[in-house]
Amino acid sequence: MGLNKKDFTLLIIVAILCVFAPFILNPFPEGSAMAQFNAGYPDLMQRLVIFGIFAIGFNILFGLTGYLSFGHAAFLGVGSYAAIWMMKLLTMNVIPAIIISVLVAGLFSLLVGWISLRRSGIYFSILTLAFAQMSYSLAYSVLTPITGGETGLQPKVNDPRILDGALAAGETPRANLFGLQMNQSYEMAVGNWVFTFNAGYYLAAIVMLIAFYISIRIFRSPFGMMLRAVKSNQQRLNYTGLNAKPYTLAAFVISGMYAGLAGGLLVAMDTQVGAERMFWTASGEVVLMTILGGAGTLIGPVLGAGFIKYMENIVSKINKSILEQWFAFMPDGIEDLLITLVYPFIGKGWHLTLGILFMLVVIFLPGGLVEGGQRVGRLFKRKKPADDKPDGKTTPAE
Amino acid sequence: MSNSKLTRRGLIKTGAVAGAAGLTLPTYLRADAHAGYLNAPQGDTVTLGFNVPQSGPYADEGADELRAYELAVEHLNGGGDGGMMNTFTSKALQGNGILGKKVEYVTGDTQTKSDAARASAKSMIEKDGAVMITGGSSSGVAVAVQALCQEAGVIFMAGLTHSNDTTGKDRRANGFRHFFNSYMSGAALAPVLKNAYGSDRKAYHLTADYNWGYTTEEAVKSSTEAMGWETVAAVKTPLTQTDFSSYIAPVLQSGADTLVLNHYGGNMVNSLTNAVQFGLRDKQVNGKDFQIIVPLYSRLMAKGAGANVKGIFGSTNWHWSLTDEGSKAFVQSFGTKYGFPPSQAAHTCYVQALLYADACERAGTFNPCGVVEALEGFEFDGMGNGKTLYRADDHQCFKDVLVVKGKENPTSEFDLLEIVEVTPVEQVTYAPDHPQFAGGSLGTCNPGA
Repeated sequence: MGLNKKDFTLLIIVAILCVFAPFILNPFPEGSAMAQFNAGYPDLMQRLVIFGIFAIGFNILFGLTGYLSFGHAAFLGVGSYAAIWMMKLLTMNVIPAIIISVLVAGLFSLLVGWISLRRSGIYFSILTLAFAQMSYSLAYSVLTPITGGETGLQPKVNDPRILDGALAAGETPRANLFGLQMNQSYEMAVGNWVFTFNAGYYLAAIVMLIAFYISIRIFRSPFGMMLRAVKSNQQRLNYTGLNAKPYTLAAFVISGMYAGLAGGLLVAMDTQVGAERMFWTASGEVVLMTILGGAGTLIGPVLGAGFIKYMENIVSKINKSILEQWFAFMPDGIEDLLITLVYPFIGKGWHLTLGILFMLVVIFLPGGLVEGGQRVGRLFKRKKPADDKPDGKTTPAE
Repeated sequence: MSNSKLTRRGLIKTGAVAGAAGLTLPTYLRADAHAGYLNAPQGDTVTLGFNVPQSGPYADEGADELRAYELAVEHLNGGGDGGMMNTFTSKALQGNGILGKKVEYVTGDTQTKSDAARASAKSMIEKDGAVMITGGSSSGVAVAVQALCQEAGVIFMAGLTHSNDTTGKDRRANGFRHFFNSYMSGAALAPVLKNAYGSDRKAYHLTADYNWGYTTEEAVKSSTEAMGWETVAAVKTPLTQTDFSSYIAPVLQSGADTLVLNHYGGNMVNSLTNAVQFGLRDKQVNGKDFQIIVPLYSRLMAKGAGANVKGIFGSTNWHWSLTDEGSKAFVQSFGTKYGFPPSQAAHTCYVQALLYADACERAGTFNPCGVVEALEGFEFDGMGNGKTLYRADDHQCFKDVLVVKGKENPTSEFDLLEIVEVTPVEQVTYAPDHPQFAGGSLGTCNPGA
């Protein structure tokens, strides 16, 4: 596979985590008070790996070259629109949709990158942000005939779909992989636990593993080394007679294609696109994911993506009546006090909780969650000094 | 969320234990065949999903919607004073939950983004076993969630969504809308405007640059042109615009004597404030007083625009100052519980929850196909809008529309609008294949199994 032992182990660990995610994410039995925190349902598992792909791609640009793109959601959105059109016009099979989403996002990122990479630092960030907001505004209003504007696009019964046969009466078009529907699930009940194995999730997980493998190869390649050189000192690189632009542009396009892939997969799992997918907050989110997990590390962005999506989908759904259930065993006064104290941080307050956690991570664990894991790991094997590790899995690339 | 063990999954588990002697039993989620439809409530509770914007631009509306839902659940379970259940013409609801099952609910945040709304709705369906999703405060979200519910096989009862598309080109068999729409706003406003301002006006439209803006502009334009008005220009404004001065200035040069603001929420608050500050309303054009019209009003918007709304015409789905029995009962129980009168968003959501529960009772099942059948062509009264019909062709409610105007002397921060006229339902009814609604088809109901 062309991987050294350490990277291979990491890939295997990630693969095992992906395969057993339905178990790992559903640790609490059904009906228990903690079942609220179970994340092992298809939609969230799909989102975890898809945004993992998005963040892995973003990390190839930001983690390696240090170019902070603030408009990556545009590529995600463009990929999604391409995919949904493929489904409307060609077939509900997800393969053409995913392929075209990668290609279209690649072309679009080539254009954006070619222009934006004339500048670096904050100017580059602002340029990409401008492109993304432009795409968002166009999709939301001017391009309404193509993008559906505010109401977005969904496959409809009367779309052409030239490769598919006619639908049976009463059937709705569903995304599938040669007949295997993406929302098809298999439920396994063990005692009080129910584990859901979803076809779409496993497809997304396989794609994520491939994306992860490619990302390892890029990190370890001479090309990756050049990108790190760009990050550490671009001027010196220029003085040695090397033109950094083709390298940064290639990294930009690769990460744009990753974003497009994520966009295509989002459509494959949940067949709809809205323009908000390209809003600047979505671009900001992937930056948060990468930094939270650990920029420049291999596994960090995946962890960060998982962390943020978990918060968004689980914490935001805790409401007051659930709090009342939790604290019901306490005396009235204390119960009310606790509810008042906790309430601002749950439900609609999940942004606040996320913000606080992000601040804590950035202040105390500048290397992100990966650094946290590293520190915990060091507690258990004190005798080994930490500096024997080559960069990659554990150390942010500087 | 449901703290009962007897959920859909609970039943599967029981079956698994019995069938495979404690080992595992494969079950297809999609073929949840015990009841013939997805998320069939097991045990003595039923879970509904309230998917409202808790953050983002429409968080205020969302908060009010959630209050209304909590009130509706209380009433359905037999608590409180029963609210509109007492005035509702259908007497199927007993105050013992729905079909004898206690109503429980889960909540989610749509963030007014279709992606987030769908993610939240999906988790309600997949994780919490919700059999109905309701809520939302924008058409983009309503259309996205409606399509999701159609695919998944649960009922969607739309919240506040005014765009024609929801029951027009994006209509779905599993989706229902009680709220009125752009076309109805235009049709209801036109005769009132004719009486107030005459039939030879020149109108200038400022339109928010997205779907809802387009359908509203089209609706108002065609209704006013039909009574003799002339449309001088229709200018699109970006949704994120906060200062509309540059759009207001050309209005006076255009020779128009009426300004139509097809704006909602913060857009409307800002554009109206700008227009009034420019002194448009003190101007005389073509020998007539200059007038401003806001097709869709809400109390929360009127509050934002303050004194600027005085005397300005618009339309609304419902207003708490209505004096029919249903409205009085609702305002009474909402006011008792929360201390202030409900908004139109709260009203439509409360009514939708009750209508769903009633349809289940009448159908005798939670099966979406049974509910669809019970709601299609359903006529009712006593819910604050007079006689109302849920039309079978497009799942849109047809009822009287209120034309309101900003009150000259408001007595409180809630008393900002006064009802000018109640436009009868005949005037706002249209054919299901009207050009403004064409291009959609309901398909057939999907029970998800």
